[in-house]
Amino acid sequence: MISSLTAEKLACVRGDKRLFDGLNFRVTAGQALAVEGANGAGKTSLLRMIAGFLAPAAGRLIVKTAQVESDDGEERGKSIGWLGHLDGLKPQLTVMEQFNFFAHLHGKAADAALLEQVGLARQADLPCRYLSAGQRRRLALARLLASQRPLWLLDEPFAALDRSGQALVAQLMARHCGQGGIIIAATHDPLGLGNEILRLGNESLKL
Amino acid sequence: MSPFAILLTRDIRLAARSGGSAALALSFFALVATLVPLGVGADLKLLARVAGGILWVAAVLAALLSLDRLFQGDFEDGSLDLIALSPLPLELTALAKITAHWLSTGLPLTLLSPVLAVLFNLPGPATLILFFSLLIGTPAVSAVGAIGASLTLSLKRGGLILPLIILPLLAPAVIFGAGAVSLALDSLGAQNALGLLAAFSFAAVLLSPFAAAASVRLNLGG
Repeated sequence: MISSLTAEKLACVRGDKRLFDGLNFRVTAGQALAVEGANGAGKTSLLRMIAGFLAPAAGRLIVKTAQVESDDGEERGKSIGWLGHLDGLKPQLTVMEQFNFFAHLHGKAADAALLEQVGLARQADLPCRYLSAGQRRRLALARLLASQRPLWLLDEPFAALDRSGQALVAQLMARHCGQGGIIIAATHDPLGLGNEILRLGNESLKL
Repeated sequence: MSPFAILLTRDIRLAARSGGSAALALSFFALVATLVPLGVGADLKLLARVAGGILWVAAVLAALLSLDRLFQGDFEDGSLDLIALSPLPLELTALAKITAHWLSTGLPLTLLSPVLAVLFNLPGPATLILFFSLLIGTPAVSAVGAIGASLTLSLKRGGLILPLIILPLLAPAVIFGAGAVSLALDSLGAQNALGLLAAFSFAAVLLSPFAAAASVRLNLGG
């Protein structure tokens, strides 16, 4: 279990633009951090940096567990549950096949109750090409739950969801934090978790 | 099942359900093999002489048709992010995708080759060598292709650049593969050519996952 994630003087450069610089934050177990900012402010880039896909231009990210403290991106990736703005679903596979694939890939049992929890039990045998945008998001949520990772990185978690879907996401996030998990979410909407807010500036500085 | 087998199974299932890529490769291979004898004419000796080279080049080009999608689909829909965060290292991810590509494209091309060899009047022993050369050599096509597919991952119309990157790298496979068929046609031992082809294929399958994984890593950050 991760006890904290700390960013020290983090900088992100994309192309010839410095998206953010000198970014510091610390999130501890049971906390959520909402990353807010205008389009292009670097919210998704920050999430990809935490996931280890993108190397920081400067600074470092430190994950602390009960045993060790590490700034290794690949090691950090093993603790991350990812909900990106792309849903990662194949139109040719059924909901159940898709769910099974990712659960088993993470070495977890595919618990069909998770599909029921997100309201997709009746669509289990339906190919993903027939799902609506909201249903696709719900399936991505089920996949996130199945991964059983302690650090959730969520990119626009409420996107495409109806009110009941948004309430479900809020409930799942509250439960995850209650169980000692950490959430970092790039969002334009309030998370409703009494969380900290990190605002990224919308001015991209030319290098 | 191990994560490797799970990814391999999913990719084969996707290839089977998409239908297009493997069927397209087989159709292309069959069409080229049918058209060449029509163009060359009824000189049976000439047809047999060029059979190895033509069928090998046709097999490589047919396999190329589906190579650009090796990582592209997963990259575009976000699956590659999720796979990269799974316990399966990217090197094994690349190897699983190479294996799935070979099973869904390279192997069917190999199995079809003895049928098409008849159109070229290729004698039995040379047909057998053609079959074995493709069996040994097509994994190299998938493996070297994976490097090209990963390098062109984030490029628009990367599929057009892909052949320019990988065809020169596949020259040894074509030379040894077609050479083995020519040697068999002249009743000379083809073992040396097949041995060199096997060495090339082994090296390609062994090394390409590392190159492809490094390139995928760069693209995920980009």
